[in-house]
Amino acid sequence: MGLGVPIIIPVSKPSKGSAGKTGLWRVEKPVVDEDKCIKCWLCWLYCPEDVITEGPNGFPQIDYTFCKGCGVCADVCPTKAIQMTKEEE
Amino acid sequence: MTLTIHDLRKESGSYLPGSAACPGCGATLAFRIASRVLGPNTIYVVPASCFSVIQSPFPKSAISAPLYNIAFPAAAATASGVYRAYKMIGRNVNVVVWAGDGGTVDIGIQALSGAAERGEDIIYVCYDNEAYMNTGIQRSGATPLMAWTKTTPTGKREMPKDMPMIVAAHRVPYVATASVGYPFDLANKFEKAKRIKGFRYIHIFSTCPPGWNSPVSKTAEVAKLAVDTYFWPLYEIENGKLRITVKPRKRPLKEFLELQDRFRGLSDEEIEELEKIVMEKWNFLLHLEKSERVF
Amino acid sequence: MAVEGTWEIITGNHAAAIAAKLARVKVVPAYPITPQTTIVEYIASFIESGHMDAEYIRVESEHSAMAAAIGASAAGVRAFTATASQGLLLMSEVLHWAAGSRLPIGMAVVNRAVGPPWNIHVDHQDAMSQRDTGWLQVYISSNQEVLDTILMMYKVAEHPDVLLPFMVCLDGFVLSHTYMPVNVPRQEDVDEFLPEYSPPHWKLDPENPITFGNLALPDEYQEMRWSMDLSMRRALDLIEDVAEEFFQKFGRYHGGATWKYKVEDADYIIVTAGTMASEAEVAVDELREEGMKVGLLKVRAFRPFPHRDMAEVLQDRKGAIIIDRSIAFSSGGPIGIEVRSSLYNRSGSPPIVNYVTGLGGRDVTYEDIVKMTKDGIGRITSDRLGRPYYWYKLKPEYEKIELSEEVRL
Ligand SMILES: Cc1ncc(C[n+]2csc(CCOP(=O)(O)OP(=O)(O)O)c2C)c(N)n1
Ligand code: SF4
Ligand code: SF4
Ligand code: SF4
Ligand SMILES: [Mg+2]
Repeated sequence: MGLGVPIIIPVSKPSKGSAGKTGLWRVEKPVVDEDKCIKCWLCWLYCPEDVITEGPNGFPQIDYTFCKGCGVCADVCPTKAIQMTKEEE
Repeated sequence: MTLTIHDLRKESGSYLPGSAACPGCGATLAFRIASRVLGPNTIYVVPASCFSVIQSPFPKSAISAPLYNIAFPAAAATASGVYRAYKMIGRNVNVVVWAGDGGTVDIGIQALSGAAERGEDIIYVCYDNEAYMNTGIQRSGATPLMAWTKTTPTGKREMPKDMPMIVAAHRVPYVATASVGYPFDLANKFEKAKRIKGFRYIHIFSTCPPGWNSPVSKTAEVAKLAVDTYFWPLYEIENGKLRITVKPRKRPLKEFLELQDRFRGLSDEEIEELEKIVMEKWNFLLHLEKSERVF
Repeated sequence: MAVEGTWEIITGNHAAAIAAKLARVKVVPAYPITPQTTIVEYIASFIESGHMDAEYIRVESEHSAMAAAIGASAAGVRAFTATASQGLLLMSEVLHWAAGSRLPIGMAVVNRAVGPPWNIHVDHQDAMSQRDTGWLQVYISSNQEVLDTILMMYKVAEHPDVLLPFMVCLDGFVLSHTYMPVNVPRQEDVDEFLPEYSPPHWKLDPENPITFGNLALPDEYQEMRWSMDLSMRRALDLIEDVAEEFFQKFGRYHGGATWKYKVEDADYIIVTAGTMASEAEVAVDELREEGMKVGLLKVRAFRPFPHRDMAEVLQDRKGAIIIDRSIAFSSGGPIGIEVRSSLYNRSGSPPIVNYVTGLGGRDVTYEDIVKMTKDGIGRITSDRLGRPYYWYKLKPEYEKIELSEEVRL
């Protein structure tokens, strides 16, 4: 067997968006009202999807490509600074 | 040392956004936080469970640390093998089992008990969504009394196994309960476990919106109420000494039950009965906290 | 080609344990079961007395033994375990897992019957029922062959074209507990022959984080199985090459995937495995004394199955007598079934008579093999080949039933 034997193994590479653009799953979209935000970062802490980061202006920024719209962030925000709004079709 | 939100924000975890997890998945939230504390020098072993799906399909993975998927009953044994190999190589790594409740309290209990008894230097994590979710919501040995699942359509008639206590009876150096509703407590338990040598066990109450029929946005709230209604007490047992780590905020159990349709239709008497059981357990823990050693 | 080892009179189990030590395996998870026990006892004593540098994991079951071996091998070190019978069956799920993970774990299987009823004696039902797990399987007929084959098979299994686990199967008690002279090679020679294992394909390492074994959809899965199958077939050549290399270095040759004895001019060929093959050698000599030109083709590798050897050696013979120590219920002896598939669709394929015997330690002596061979030759020459297989050495009252007209397939 001079061809060489391909060893085909189920080895997967870490990747963002491993299940695709999960933002497409969203029915409601979390929107941060920076006026109300006190930068406690609880939304960041509880976001199961890890899509909240600190934006250039120092406020929470949501990566809508992957945010699944669960609304946990809005639920835990102590100042109700996050509104869940209907996604446009 | 107590971790703050600032400490956690500094670390990078081993979860990458855009996975196959359901929206509001408690198991994912638990992993996200735990992996930040454990750091990148960690090898995960995962038995069959939702977490085998959460990683997303080959050839991509949502997990950025080395992770090995193993057959359902075998996680603790495989982790033992990984740890021993690294011991021979002479390199220090955290070897962590990340298993569901079925993989822990039922089919995996033998391998877990063996590894605990041998004192393998691994951290065993059970993310507990209180049923077999991967196969579509069947009861497990961790499903609570009276909870609906597809194999307990009129409510479970048996008490769940008290797995943290079962592990503690192996006299391992560290056992803790945690909840995704109390992420700092959770993070700090991982921080502590990381610094202890030997077999460590952390059992995390992990909300599962589709499995419990709870609102997706209430993942944190349900898990908080579990603690605050005494349903899921948070404690740790370090070298045999038990310490309650979070004082519940004395909420009525009903508030917790009402958020989840798996408890729908319970009569007042049934809720009272559950309350009684829950408080008995709590009082027992208070009693244990006073003793020098639990085991 | 000096044989520079030391001669020792040891059991097959002792030889297996020494082989694991010489192979410098790093992790040995083990769970005791008769007749394997002394292998894991020897290894425990080697390690505790400082003669072997390895981690010993006293697991709580064979399922965990194999799962731990998987963990160790996945972390990149050479792993070894041993089991038998029920232990092997309990492992079944993780046997598949080890092979699918392409981990070249080594295991001694001390063949023992499967219960119920409890029976601790030899047959091949345990290992042969694990035929399709993706493990290389080699059957052995002497204690020297046990030691040498474990060393050789690590080399085959770890070859970058193979990367599959292997079992070396030795007959319970007949080899495991019987003392024979064995030449134990020097460590430095073994080290030269078998360098340290360094996985060429993947391992669990924080320096290179990967996920192994997450969901693969139908679009991806089949090629992974094909790759295992191709590697398994490639191992056939490598078993031969490594046996040759071993011969050059240590001066001993036990055969490659098969071992041939007096086949050149033979009219009839006996095909069998394990210690029945040693008896068959004696039987061949007996039969030749009586004027029958008989040869022996011993099956060493059952997986990969040496179809080519079978076809080449058996072609144009007057017949093949295949003796199995395992029963594929309603279908025959596992080797008999395989050999048929080696021969079908080929011109010059000889008639086959397949016997199932020796189960649960029922003795199979050279005299039995002489009898089966003569019975087989009789069937072939008188064209009484109505059945795919025959039971041999049933108690007479049951043999009567077995051979009656009503009992047919
Ligand atoms: C030996 C074996 N039996 C059954 C299954 C099917 N199975 C896969 S995951 C699972 C349930 C997992 O439940 P749990 O451990 O609680 O994890 P969850 O999916 O709830 O996160 C079952 C029954 C299997 N994979 N292997
Ligand atoms: S909606 Fe859910 S996924 Fe999106 S940012 Fe809020 S918590 Fe994260
Ligand atoms: S939880 Fe609310 S207040 Fe706190 S950082 Fe997030 S948006 Fe701001
Ligand atoms: S079923 Fe439950 S545990 Fe499983 S991925 Fe969905 S939310 Fe998470
Ligand atoms: Mg579960």
